[in-house]
Amino acid sequence: MQLIIYGIINSITLSLMSLGFTLVYSISRVPNFAHGALYILSGYLVWLFINKFAGFPYPLAIIVAISLTAIVGALIYRFILIRIRGMEISEIIATYAIGLAILEGLRWGGLRGGTFTLPTFAAGSVNLFDVSVDYQRLIIVGVGILTFILLYAFTRYTKIGLALRGIAQDERAAMMLGINSDMTAIVSLAIGSALSGFAAVLLLPLGNIVVETGYNVLIFAIAVCVIGGLGSWGGTIVASFVIGFAQLLTEAFISTHYQMVVALLAIIVTLLVKPSGIFGKQKELEERV
Amino acid sequence: MEMMRKERIDRGLKVRTEGLYAISSYREILYLMGPRLLLIIGIIALPFIFELAPYWKRVINIMFVYALLALSFDFLANYVGLVCLGGAFLTGVGGYFTAIYNVYLGFPIYLAIPCATISGAAFCTLCLLPCLPLRGVYFAIVTLMYPLLFTRIIEALNILGGTNGITGLDGFPNQYVEHYIIIFLVIGFLFGMRRFVNQDIGLVLRGVKDNDQSVRASGIDVTRMKVLAVFVASLIGCFGGAYMAHLYMWTGISLFALDFSIIPIASVVIGGGGTLVGAVIGSFILVPLSEILRAFGTFRIVIYCAILTGFIVFKSEGLMIYMQRKYHQFERWVKV
Repeated sequence: MQLIIYGIINSITLSLMSLGFTLVYSISRVPNFAHGALYILSGYLVWLFINKFAGFPYPLAIIVAISLTAIVGALIYRFILIRIRGMEISEIIATYAIGLAILEGLRWGGLRGGTFTLPTFAAGSVNLFDVSVDYQRLIIVGVGILTFILLYAFTRYTKIGLALRGIAQDERAAMMLGINSDMTAIVSLAIGSALSGFAAVLLLPLGNIVVETGYNVLIFAIAVCVIGGLGSWGGTIVASFVIGFAQLLTEAFISTHYQMVVALLAIIVTLLVKPSGIFGKQKELEERV
Repeated sequence: MEMMRKERIDRGLKVRTEGLYAISSYREILYLMGPRLLLIIGIIALPFIFELAPYWKRVINIMFVYALLALSFDFLANYVGLVCLGGAFLTGVGGYFTAIYNVYLGFPIYLAIPCATISGAAFCTLCLLPCLPLRGVYFAIVTLMYPLLFTRIIEALNILGGTNGITGLDGFPNQYVEHYIIIFLVIGFLFGMRRFVNQDIGLVLRGVKDNDQSVRASGIDVTRMKVLAVFVASLIGCFGGAYMAHLYMWTGISLFALDFSIIPIASVVIGGGGTLVGAVIGSFILVPLSEILRAFGTFRIVIYCAILTGFIVFKSEGLMIYMQRKYHQFERWVKV
């Protein structure tokens, strides 16, 4: 029972981490290697607002930090990626460099050690089927599911969401209908960054804010996206459940050190067996040589 | 207002040296040979120039290792179209293999390095094999993960010396051997790669980058070509790692450090992608710079990334192509 409950929590955590990455990739086809950096950046911003500006209420700090992260994402596209759009090598190098710059800049600025923690939303724990679960993890599950539903509604029932989906499906046809490709890309990067910031705010109270988490988040996000099929949202959620439970099982029966190994093995098996991922049917022919 | 535009014209000398006239007089020969000789002699003379500064002589060795890594990145990225974000993976594998051969199996140094280079390259190719039949970002993703993964595995399992690394590797007999092994290999690899990419096989590799369907339609196995290219690039990288392990007489997880991934990329972008020489020259600029900035710690990485992004966005041709243009052509303003 414990395995199932914590497996679900772990899976929702993973899918929250990777949602931003998959959203950006599916819409603008930019592999955002700065994803983990944005995650840590937003966690650090919240910490900064709470501790350095006295009297800043926690909820307000969260909102400001997430919006700042979104703005950073939009600026990255507007000033850097827009000039190298379509040049795949340059896109990868540029986003990777930006991510590294943010992470290592934060490390240089003093973000190391275990002193950077965020308060949990609600203290205490509750017994579910004889398993003790603290409120923060319950909130993560609840908010996570709510986020999926909201995103689904957003992309299906709002005009801008429909525009994003249009660009994701067929860029030329969407442009012919008067949808601005660059504008949607900016929006997608902003939303993607905001989602990674949102995930950070939810997940970071469970641990310390350290730079290494940034790299781990990036790797887990990529692993989940590759396994689910790059750019497929349903695939992302299914894949995060696959990896989430696989990680917990190895943790329970082998050792805790293998979380990363599980992620990489899963990627390699996926690439060998079905390179387009669980749900990436649509682009299968394009990606295989 | 009069409209003006800039016109670029090849120098007469350049046009003359394209055909048989290249050997007609010493001027033409010098025009062709000059830059190459300057580079070769400059590299060979470098240890003597810094004779009085022992600290900088160490830096020279490291600089050449980075030059090799940059060469391998440039070859993979601009001739085969595979972006390798994990140069550290190659150095780490090379370093650990040479430590295994030298310390555990007792091979002498001159046998350990070549063995480590070849078996390390085979190992890297094997590790990267699953993502080679695919197009797109998969190669970048997998190479990004491997250095982190191997660091974790070595730390967690406490194998191969764990966090302390393996000590007691043989050093080089004297300083000059230390310098000239790497110097001659850099020159050899540089000109060897230039020849390699201009041969038939290089053309096929470029075809793989630009249009793999047409390569496939010509009856050539794309995956096999990519395997070959990755093997060649890993040979270069693994040699760098093995050399470095013997230079420090130590192998550890710091061989998987981020520096080995990001500085070569930055060197290639600064030096000019696709020229091979540019990669070497870029690392000659960046590595001394990074020594000067040593006091800043990890802030150096921020600086590289800023330079890198700046070059990619605003000057994507790089220094080498710019210099080539100035050497071969002159510019003038003409009326439209």
